[in-house]
Amino acid sequence: MIKPKNRLFEINIKELWDYRDLISLFAKRNIITQYKQTVLGPLWFLVQPALSVIMYMVVFGGIAGIPTDGVPRPLFYLAGTCMWQYFSDCLSKTSNTFVDNAGIFGKVYFPRLAMPIANVLSNLVRFGIQLGLFLVVYAIYALVGESAAHFNWYALLFPVLVLMMAGLALGFGILFSSMTTKYRDLQVLFSFGVSLWMYATPIVYPLSQTKSMYWNGIHVHKLMCLNPVTPIIETFKYGFLGCGDFVGWRWLIYSFVFMVALLTFGVVVFNKVQRSFMDTV
Amino acid sequence: MATAIEFNNISKLYRLGLVSTGTLAHDLKRWWTINVRRKEDPYLKIGETNDRSTKGESDYVWALKDIDFKVEQGDVVGIIGKNGAGKSTLLKLLSKVTAPTTGEIRARGRIGSLLEVGTGFHPEMTGRENIYMNGAILGMTKAEIDRKLDEIVDFSGCERYIDTPVKRYSSGMMVRLGFAVAAHLDPEILVVDEVLAVGDAEFQKKAIGKMQDVSRGEGRTVLFVSHNMGSIKALCNNCILLEKGEMSYIGSTDETIKRYLTRNNIIDTRCIDRKDHIGTGEVIISDIFMTDCDHTPVKEVLSGQSIEIHFRYISKLSKLTNNIVMGIAITDEYGAPITLLHSRHCGVPITLESGSGEFVWTIEHLPLNEGQYHFLYSIADGGGQGDYFDYLDNAYTLQVVKGDFFKSGEIPPKHFGPFLIANTLQVNKK
Repeated sequence: MIKPKNRLFEINIKELWDYRDLISLFAKRNIITQYKQTVLGPLWFLVQPALSVIMYMVVFGGIAGIPTDGVPRPLFYLAGTCMWQYFSDCLSKTSNTFVDNAGIFGKVYFPRLAMPIANVLSNLVRFGIQLGLFLVVYAIYALVGESAAHFNWYALLFPVLVLMMAGLALGFGILFSSMTTKYRDLQVLFSFGVSLWMYATPIVYPLSQTKSMYWNGIHVHKLMCLNPVTPIIETFKYGFLGCGDFVGWRWLIYSFVFMVALLTFGVVVFNKVQRSFMDTV
Repeated sequence: MATAIEFNNISKLYRLGLVSTGTLAHDLKRWWTINVRRKEDPYLKIGETNDRSTKGESDYVWALKDIDFKVEQGDVVGIIGKNGAGKSTLLKLLSKVTAPTTGEIRARGRIGSLLEVGTGFHPEMTGRENIYMNGAILGMTKAEIDRKLDEIVDFSGCERYIDTPVKRYSSGMMVRLGFAVAAHLDPEILVVDEVLAVGDAEFQKKAIGKMQDVSRGEGRTVLFVSHNMGSIKALCNNCILLEKGEMSYIGSTDETIKRYLTRNNIIDTRCIDRKDHIGTGEVIISDIFMTDCDHTPVKEVLSGQSIEIHFRYISKLSKLTNNIVMGIAITDEYGAPITLLHSRHCGVPITLESGSGEFVWTIEHLPLNEGQYHFLYSIADGGGQGDYFDYLDNAYTLQVVKGDFFKSGEIPPKHFGPFLIANTLQVNKK
């Protein structure tokens, strides 16, 4: 049964489930093909965060002298960069869903959502490897005895945090990809927007720095927390490194609700666009 | 029999021109009219029929308009029409790649669409990995592919290369592998778009055989688009003829093909209006056209068909003239000579005085493979010396479409050469 228009919320979860093999194959393909014919192979997954950490240490730690709440610098930056990298990778991959896959989408039908979901999953593997690096460094610091490992029970929230990151990235990504099918202007702004967003998120500086800052009478700390990624990053850092204060359940729940709403909205828009995007892309 | 596919009033509107700065304003206007003022989409009314060659008034065209038909289960239906008639759009709608503008399609069962061979092949991955990838894209589960893997590899004939990245494959192997996967999809409805045009003769035969098995043996429904009338004839029991986005005929294969070939029988530029005639003009060809043996004008012919080529003449000869000769040189589309038809060679002396009439050249069982062939003619006084009466280069173009020359449903691919020679084969064993 094929009709011109679908109802707004006709999201075929069952269909998506039927194509689960396709999703896993796409995810596998993304990982395999990324480093085919490279010498270092998956090791590149580790080189990237390592280099960023060194760069942050020089620029933000060394030159700008931004404190890290008493946490050793490599560990602090590594925690931030791992989490952020996952978010921004997912985002930039999913935001090109339609444009990148126009070839396949134009020839065969499968639930289009399979593509962005596969992206989020394949990035999860990469994230896992980078997290491994973080844990190794974490363990080294713990063994050496520097009082870095302020592990607390909030760290158990970790799976939820990853889920929220993935949800946010997916939501923003598909919303964005739906808008860029017709108007490519947005693509130009995109990479700029993402890097700007990173600085609006406490990645290279601790959130505690903004505690006493006011801007036109508004508490900057609260403003920062409106960014739905901030509570996630802060909870992660608090759980593993014990740095700063816990932002509070209120903000974490806000972030979660934001994620769910965004994802729902994104899927609805995506669903509407996918039906005829081949005519405009 | 149950209905497998039903098209109800399907139309598809496309916007022409560039999608650019004007688009946003356009979209806003459209959105405003539909959603705020609750009126009909203003652009639906102004769509025009899809005639590619003439400049239209509107930016919108109907790629398909009011398509209505039913396909019974187990039928093999061919869709024929010229380029841009809407064949591929129709298949795209059925395979859910894009949505129709109006109307609805009902389909019973899983649809496997083969609009392209090897969709989603990644050059860096091996043949085996790509079988899984491609299979999953077409809607198979991993378990299903596991079960059929050996069969697929066997059918493709690429066993030796199966663990090599497909970027090392020849393009033919890529196609074989792609088709092999699709052929084992086992959908209730198979939608195929001209994928058989690629690949060598052996493979084409295999592919057509497989599609015949699918339809006859397993009672599945097939929708098949091709420009190759030979394979349409071999495969389909019913056909749909599309013309400029509208359905102009639906019926038996033979009848539809006949209509398709005779449809456009208007000759574009009349010979008499050409400015490049060379010669004295004492005898001049005013018109050239082709008919089949039933005297119906045709524009395209099938290999193996019998045709008549009519040359209308006007003669202003002042006295009765014997010994006039006429020749037709036939070249292929690149100008390479094919053969010469000559009045002296067929032993027909021509005698003319003033007046008009026609020369009718009959070619029985046309021994030419598909392609375009150009005619050059000359008429001269064979006895005397002096100029041609009339000579015209590129006077007529003969469009030959693949036909059933050998009555076997198959003819060799074009690259083996333009000629088809009737032959018999005997196997003598000692």
